Amino acid sequence: MHNFDFVKPSSVADAVRALSAEGAQALSGGQTLLPTMKQRLAAPAVLVSLTGIADTRGVCLDNGALSVGGATAHAVVAQEARKYYPALADLAGGIGDPAVRSRGTIGGSLANNDPSACYPAAVLASGATVITDRRRIAADDFFQGMFATALHDGEIITSVVFPIPEKAAYVKFNQPASRFALTGVFVAKYGSGVRVAVTGASANGVFRWTEAERALSASFTPAAIAGLSLPSDSMIADLHGSAAYRANLARVLTGRGVASAH
Amino acid sequence: MPKDGGIGASTIRREDIRFLTGKGRYTADINLRGQAYACFLRSEVAHGRINRIDTAEARAMPGVLAVMTGADFAAMGGNPAGWHIPSRNGEAMKEPKRPVLAHGKVRHVGDAYAVVVAETLEQARDAAGAIVADITELPAVVDMAQAVANPDLRVHDEIANNVCFDWGWIEDNRAAVDAAFKAAPHVTTLELVNNRLVPNAMEPRASIGDYDSGTGDYKLYTTSQNPHLSRLLIAAFVMGIPENKLTVIAPDVGGGFGSKIYHYGEEAAVLAASKALNRPVKWVADRSESFLSDAHGRDHVTRIELATDLEGNFLALRTETLANVGAYLSNFSTATPTFLHGTLMAGPYRTPLIYVNVKAVFTNTAPVDAYRGAGRPEATFSIERVVDKMCRELKLDPVAVRRKNLIQPDQFPYTTPVGLVYDTGNYPATLDKLIEIADFSGFEARRAESARRGKLRGLGLSTWIEACGIAPSNLVGVLGARVGLYDVATVRVNATGNISVMTGAHSHGQGHETVFAQIVSDKLGIPASSIDIVHGDTSKIPFGMGSYGSRSLAVGGSAMVKAVDKIIAKGKKIAAHMLEAAEDDIVFEDGKFSVSGTDKAKTFGEIAFSAYVPHNYPLESLEPGLEETAFYDPANFTYPAGAYACEVEVDAETGRVEVVGFACADDFGNVMNPMIVNGQVHGGVAQGIGQALLEAAAYDDNGQLLTGSYMDYAMPRADDLPMFTVDHSCNTPCTHNPLGVKGCGEAGAIGSPPAVVNAVIDALHRGGHTKVTHINMPLTPSRVWSAIQN
Repeated sequence: MHNFDFVKPSSVADAVRALSAEGAQALSGGQTLLPTMKQRLAAPAVLVSLTGIADTRGVCLDNGALSVGGATAHAVVAQEARKYYPALADLAGGIGDPAVRSRGTIGGSLANNDPSACYPAAVLASGATVITDRRRIAADDFFQGMFATALHDGEIITSVVFPIPEKAAYVKFNQPASRFALTGVFVAKYGSGVRVAVTGASANGVFRWTEAERALSASFTPAAIAGLSLPSDSMIADLHGSAAYRANLARVLTGRGVASAH
Repeated sequence: MPKDGGIGASTIRREDIRFLTGKGRYTADINLRGQAYACFLRSEVAHGRINRIDTAEARAMPGVLAVMTGADFAAMGGNPAGWHIPSRNGEAMKEPKRPVLAHGKVRHVGDAYAVVVAETLEQARDAAGAIVADITELPAVVDMAQAVANPDLRVHDEIANNVCFDWGWIEDNRAAVDAAFKAAPHVTTLELVNNRLVPNAMEPRASIGDYDSGTGDYKLYTTSQNPHLSRLLIAAFVMGIPENKLTVIAPDVGGGFGSKIYHYGEEAAVLAASKALNRPVKWVADRSESFLSDAHGRDHVTRIELATDLEGNFLALRTETLANVGAYLSNFSTATPTFLHGTLMAGPYRTPLIYVNVKAVFTNTAPVDAYRGAGRPEATFSIERVVDKMCRELKLDPVAVRRKNLIQPDQFPYTTPVGLVYDTGNYPATLDKLIEIADFSGFEARRAESARRGKLRGLGLSTWIEACGIAPSNLVGVLGARVGLYDVATVRVNATGNISVMTGAHSHGQGHETVFAQIVSDKLGIPASSIDIVHGDTSKIPFGMGSYGSRSLAVGGSAMVKAVDKIIAKGKKIAAHMLEAAEDDIVFEDGKFSVSGTDKAKTFGEIAFSAYVPHNYPLESLEPGLEETAFYDPANFTYPAGAYACEVEVDAETGRVEVVGFACADDFGNVMNPMIVNGQVHGGVAQGIGQALLEAAAYDDNGQLLTGSYMDYAMPRADDLPMFTVDHSCNTPCTHNPLGVKGCGEAGAIGSPPAVVNAVIDALHRGGHTKVTHINMPLTPSRVWSAIQN
């Protein structure tokens, strides 16, 4: 690790100011950034911690939707979101290990948009809104491919607002080594229809499986998607699974998500 | 009633108190006054010609004390191979020099070619980054079949076809084996890969060189499984310094699994740097360096053929193996695929005719050497997989076929057609025990229950044998070993009656401090708490050969028993004098020397005191003091054996395999500490399940390690494993060592992989996927799913 300066502002405005400095880098839970720095693959001049801002932490109801502060740790979501949105709590409780869940945050996960991260699937399947220091971004506009998002430099996720579905489930198939999602599927049933988001599988990052959404909106049963298949051409192929395997997993996990939705 | 101490008791491990309370003292915990820090610069390409290394900028950086490259070590010796394996045409094996630092060429990703020593580690790292190396990348030799076939690809310019040796075992038997195959009613053929593994000891390698210019003595603190062997290699072969001027200390070592048997260049580099700078130089590998530069394990590609009659009686066995040795020969690398593999191809069976061919192949990958089991897992996997495939082809019961081919208890000693003499065993007994403890009769009900949950359940079996407790020096000498493989212990009775035992074995987690104390306590009738076990420091212990090959107890423990016997014999002489009796009338029992048939006695403590305060002592005929050393060189290997069963559930939709049951019926001979033996089996089976389902060191075509971190290299975790059922009640004591012990350290890793794979194939067949005859390890979800699809 190279040397760096560290600041921990207590307001969003101070954080935005600090991030405008040369070589400044936002630090939330640090579960990706710190290992990268330790390997000397990143060397920011200033780390701006976002975890000291009280009003970006915690979970609350907001006009019938669930608002999760950007700097809220996974472990907090796993516990406090359970009575409002159990599938989201399940997802948060299945990320990494207890140490990761105690430090890692939803804002950090979304801003990084790792193609194998869990949270993007929940945000996209829920049609959530990502709220930043300067605007509101619909989930459908937020994710822009592997490690790419609609965020501008220095823009901070202050909260994420999830409409609460009638039923939902997140089914994750672990990559055996990292235990990130080799493929994970979030299924959410709303009065307006069903949304299905797939993470871990596509080289373009999280995506919606619209064909399955249509079929499930007509009939929310595993049988409704049994005959569907996902094209494998944009799927990731690596040591842990071929493109065809990931396409298969997305289909199988969607069916299991429908069966277990609660 | 279980014993609460001595031989056979499940004594709690005394070393765990310091390990679990942070009081262990590992090499990285040692900080010497004035120490500097080393950082090695490692090749980023698998194969390249070094044109020029510009170190000027690095030398000028803050805190930098020295920069050394391969050129600085070019005059030094190479790190040698410990076994010479001639080819079947009589040619000597190819032994390219393995230098301290790469010189002329780099030959694998991670091959160190420069080292920076600086005041701080950060400064050393910064300066290593400032070294400018002009390296012309050359085509990488990664795939063994290509390495052998393509004459333009050469890891070492002087070695055509990259073949280290082409070994036949036993060459004279080849024609008879081939003839048996021609005449056989049935031949089963299987091509398989024994996947390459990264050892992943919890503690990465670390070394501190400490040269004393006042005395000219070198001291090396290092992560070694055998400090005397490291000293011999460094002193006599690599650095050319007198052996007596080098002390090697392997303090607490956090796991080795084979990877810390070997001498590595970093050890010589920190010693040389320490001398050059006249201050201690410390290096601690990070995990990435461990992945790239620790000796890897396994990596065989094998074609095995089994000839049988139609009832499944084994008639002949034949194998052809390409064994990867990586870029350089590591110390045991040539023995592992030959004398620890080819000689084991009889397994526990009466196969009358066997021929084994192994070509060891250089590639642009990290060196490959012995890893827990070392050759024997490869042999066992090949045999147990082809036996299962044959059973399926001939529609025979895999239990019945194994049972009828097993060597029977009345056939020992049994001479195999591959050069070993098994001293004792009862293979049908462990198989029967396994069937009982794994509840074979309840399998069908469990399978039906799994099916109700949509899972395919399978049951897999392996009956295995290994040769360990290596070994008789005269035998391994004939086989090509360049070292002896005895071991040694010194038992020092102090004047106050407590005892220090100096052992040539080295504990890196096994529990020697507990078990050896149990044995000495049992033999001398002294409480274990009065006995200390000293190991790991060449300035304190006699010249022993260290720990690997499940040898510590069978060889080192036997030496200890011999030394204790000498103590007792001398004690009797002292007691006879003190008690004014004939030596022959003295009996030693429960820590007391007494005159037979009388109540006249001296305690062990009184005898010890008399030996050191010899006021009433036979000085004219007996030396004072009570300290004895014994070397022990066994008459044979020991032959642990057993039967393992694995039950799996396969999710056919995702290919995910879950191990839901694992049972082991082992014959380790006499068991000294059942709890520790259980732990050894648990650990070994965990590693075997890891190999079967999770672990793989994968290189791409350019020789880049794709699995260079835990993000991609899957280690088994607690939730990947079932509760294990372990039994070692069917024991046949080893016939040729004084404890009747065989060794348990590697068994789990040897017997388990084929049981797991056999279980998965069984599950698929029971589920109707009958075209799947084999899946290469690791059986990842993706591979199992693909096999089902095809």
